[in-house]
Amino acid sequence: MTTPSTIEGVDRAAERVARSSYGKLIAILTRRDKDIAAAEDALSEALVAALQRWPVDGVPNNPEAWLITAARNRLKNRARAHGIQRAAEPEIQRRLDELAPHGDQFDERLSLMFLCAHPAIDIAVRTPLILQVVLGIDAGRIARAFLVEPTAMSQRLVRAKARIRDAGLRYALPEAGDMPERLGAVLDAIYAAFGQGWDRLDGLDTPDALTGEAIWLARLIVQLMPDQPEPKGLLALMLYCAARQTARRDGKGRFVPLDQQDPRLWDRNLIIEAEGLLMTAARAGTFGRFQCEAAIQSVHIQRPITGALNLAALRTIYDLLIDRADSIAARIGRAVVIAEAGDPTAALAELDTLPLARVRAHQPWWVARSHVSALAGLRDDAVASIQEAIALTEDEAVRAHLIERHERLAGAAGSLDANHRTDTAI
Amino acid sequence: MQFMLILRETHDDFARRADPAQSADYWGGWNAFIEAMAQSGIVVKGDGLQAPHTSTTVRVRDGNRTVEDGPFADTKEQLGGYFIVDVPDLDTAIDWAAKAPSARTASVEVRPVLPPMPSSQ
Repeated sequence: MTTPSTIEGVDRAAERVARSSYGKLIAILTRRDKDIAAAEDALSEALVAALQRWPVDGVPNNPEAWLITAARNRLKNRARAHGIQRAAEPEIQRRLDELAPHGDQFDERLSLMFLCAHPAIDIAVRTPLILQVVLGIDAGRIARAFLVEPTAMSQRLVRAKARIRDAGLRYALPEAGDMPERLGAVLDAIYAAFGQGWDRLDGLDTPDALTGEAIWLARLIVQLMPDQPEPKGLLALMLYCAARQTARRDGKGRFVPLDQQDPRLWDRNLIIEAEGLLMTAARAGTFGRFQCEAAIQSVHIQRPITGALNLAALRTIYDLLIDRADSIAARIGRAVVIAEAGDPTAALAELDTLPLARVRAHQPWWVARSHVSALAGLRDDAVASIQEAIALTEDEAVRAHLIERHERLAGAAGSLDANHRTDTAI
Repeated sequence: MQFMLILRETHDDFARRADPAQSADYWGGWNAFIEAMAQSGIVVKGDGLQAPHTSTTVRVRDGNRTVEDGPFADTKEQLGGYFIVDVPDLDTAIDWAAKAPSARTASVEVRPVLPPMPSSQ
């Protein structure tokens, strides 16, 4: 045991373990009964116990092992209370004891992810389930990311967990033949987790808790499935973003849009690795969604080298992307490229064809709309849109950046500064 | 764990059972499937059922008994038989379900069997 720490330090230690190990711990606790909801309850109780005990006893040297033991005891107590344990109890006990964490060679999370991506689970809930169960993101936030009502999302998640517990799904990595079918949901979840960490969940304390986890999982899948191009595409995409991590805030913590970042701050090693992955992936000859998105990042990265953003290339890749995986984000990205390339009216029309019910609360849509309106010379429109965007922004640095843009837009007498595009490509 | 494979068949499937030109094919397919399952030792219990027109449906409402001819719903797929199999997981049960002849013409539903009630042990 370390020396007793301050309440604050203990809180942070517990939170850090919870954030970085949540999925691993849930995976361990779920393996036997496949009862995710029970595992989550047991782990929350263990975390509460940790917050009570650690300030007194000190943070244990292996907080994960402590939490697992505490949660397992709760699961066992509950099993006893329900009178489920029978003659098999000693054997169950032995197996539970074998399931202590084994350090880093551990791919429990991967098995759990593929379990959540099982074809017997409703396709719409597979990715949200992975986000909640494996990566510990709460249902409300997942609902927001997927643009659905929080209550509807919670219900779907609860139903899916009951199904995993009762329907008898196999808890193991799928056979090679079944892998590709389930891969899509797993890659989507990894990328969604990366996006959540990138946008706001990873704080200063734990700058890469979720983004690092997402990259780690993608590396694992690339190793596991070397013949599949899309995991490489996804890994490349995330590495391109991670390479710019330090450049997206200035010395005062202010948000710096992509086109104003200092390329000298970009991590060259990550970029080189990403370019290599993208090239290897391209050899498979099937250009999927993540390869398209990585290619878009690659074009942005080349701007400082060539001195100009290759808008024609971007337009082509966005067309490909929309052809393969149409999405609101892709449509917004393409509209901005169309506007930048000199046709803001067409871009505005494109943005306005998107279903209002889905984009009304979607910050990037308002940011793009403001930018495109400004390029079209529609200043009032641009001002109104940026106001909506500001109201929807939770990240303080991005908010400050948008407020600055708003002031410039509102104050500009006719001359519109077109140099301030946002990071909509991310 | 135990799963029930609920085998549904189309009207055509039922008609093939007794059609001299097709019955050999029909029964050959089922026999091969049943034999494969029997050899793997997973079958707990299973039966084919007579065609739906032999069925009778009973309801009791407010104490009154009604007895009707045939299955109530006129659907394209009807229950043709069932198996209870004991396999490690749903994935294995699905693999077996996919081998049933009626999976290609109609459908096979795979449903976990409730574990026995504690009192009955």
